Amino acid sequence: MNEPLSDAAARAGQLLVTAGAWLCAILWLAPLLYAVWASFHGAADETRFSLAAPWTFANYIEAWHAAPFGRYYLNTIVLVIGILIGQLVLSTLAAYAFAMVDFRGSQFAFWLVLVQLIIAPDVLITENYNTMARLGLVDTLTAIGLPFIASAFAIFLLRQTFKSIPKELDEAAELEGCSRLQRLWRVYVPLARPTYVAFALVSVSAHWNTFLWPIVVTNRPEARPLTVGLAIFAGQEAGVSWATLSAATMIIVAPLLIAFLIFQRQFVQSFMRTGIR
Amino acid sequence: MSATLPQAPTRDADLAESPRRRARRATLGGWALIAPSLAIIFAFTLYPIGLSVFDSFTGQGGKLSLEQFSAMADDEILHKVFRNNIVFALFTGPISIVIALAMALWVNGRIRGRGFLRLAFFTPTVLPMVAAASIWLYFYTPGYGPIDTLMHAIGLPGHNWLGDPATALPSIMVVTIWKEAGFFMIFYLAGLQNMPPELEEASMLEGASAWYHFRRVTLPLLMPTTLFVTVVAVTTSFKQVEHIFVMTRGGPDNASSLLLFYIYKVAFTFYDQHYAAILTLVLVLTLLLLAFLQFRFLEKRTHYQ
Repeated sequence: MNEPLSDAAARAGQLLVTAGAWLCAILWLAPLLYAVWASFHGAADETRFSLAAPWTFANYIEAWHAAPFGRYYLNTIVLVIGILIGQLVLSTLAAYAFAMVDFRGSQFAFWLVLVQLIIAPDVLITENYNTMARLGLVDTLTAIGLPFIASAFAIFLLRQTFKSIPKELDEAAELEGCSRLQRLWRVYVPLARPTYVAFALVSVSAHWNTFLWPIVVTNRPEARPLTVGLAIFAGQEAGVSWATLSAATMIIVAPLLIAFLIFQRQFVQSFMRTGIR
Repeated sequence: MSATLPQAPTRDADLAESPRRRARRATLGGWALIAPSLAIIFAFTLYPIGLSVFDSFTGQGGKLSLEQFSAMADDEILHKVFRNNIVFALFTGPISIVIALAMALWVNGRIRGRGFLRLAFFTPTVLPMVAAASIWLYFYTPGYGPIDTLMHAIGLPGHNWLGDPATALPSIMVVTIWKEAGFFMIFYLAGLQNMPPELEEASMLEGASAWYHFRRVTLPLLMPTTLFVTVVAVTTSFKQVEHIFVMTRGGPDNASSLLLFYIYKVAFTFYDQHYAAILTLVLVLTLLLLAFLQFRFLEKRTHYQ
């Protein structure tokens, strides 16, 4: 008699938990879904959630023409790719040195590198702006990207990965007459591929989303990335209609969001693996 | 003579000399490999930190002076902004952590639509903060924004959420919690997945309730994750300013301003570089302290495993 009762209670409890989870999920997704809805509908249907409401691209067309989003797009893509390539090359070399080369002062140098893990260049905006001004780089993509092409984080991750690769493989390659750089390229880099993929995903989403440093170091639209473009677009004195703003927001998040929806598992795993955005 | 001697001596010389020469070559090679990264890190992290220390101790004429320090002591706005930052960290941290833990428990269990739930919780993390803030800016619009519309629907008066000094900062905290919880969830998820399943079986055999198991087994075992996530949350609250830019610009009357945003204003609106330098130093020291705490916690982590 007791058994079925507690069984029913357990099932009711399970139902409650499921309902809570779903409520939370809907709450979490609602702002984004609402923005998607508003971006595809006329002002009259913004808050009328009817399937019969006509869908339209007008908001996107208006937003696209209201600000140089094409230029912003190009800037962001160039920036993200440029930074990633720089990071991969520089960090691979440094990580290899820290992991495999037993050299004097390596411990000290590693500590210097780790400082960047704690204090990122975009916290030091005043000083770095002055440096860029002195170099004559203000208002260029170089200024936005340069401080980030060295990444303590990538060095740290790759160093860990390289260290976990069996030494025998390295020795075997050495016996076959491979030079140090050849070994790095033929043995270490291919075996560290999962780390590279994880880091690349995190780096691209971090720099796609970066904002403070670009807004500090650019004054003209020619060098602005998408995030800064959107913030300026949203902050216009005259005000922007929600329909246009939601379309503009979708324009800047779409590539990353679509990539995330397709490669969900990799994204989550990369973020988990690296623990930083 | 050299021709008649066999190879033995040279080999001896080689053995005696090679370790040192090898070491020298390794040192040269090592530094050459790290040089590009180190140069960039020096130019844009180490040098500016040093510069901010130096500038903090110099006055207008370039002489050694403590005037920046007294300016800081008298700066009411700074005190307010720092207080804001601490309040911000104290609320967004724990709340998003509790929500993150709930999310992880949900997604880790056998629940209907697990994949969808995980997707829903994690999606805000992928969005740029600028975009999230733009969306929420509309949500908070007084009069016709969705939140006010909802309030009207249940018979409550509307409210100028971002324009009222009492609600401006809390409103931004909500956005932060919404955006961060899913990110913290994945760390808890990792923690839960690493937990040996025998523990739950043992609890079940002992007849312990699910709540008891959670409180006495799961939660303590997740403690390292909680500490790690706490420090990350507090650190983020000192480094993130996009939402302030888009939603309030620190207003009204600095009610929603945070330290890094204030530094930006001092440097690029008031053009007071020396004062910005000492504020940067405060931020740098705060981040170093947090990193030190994190280091301690991460070391403790091993005791649990």
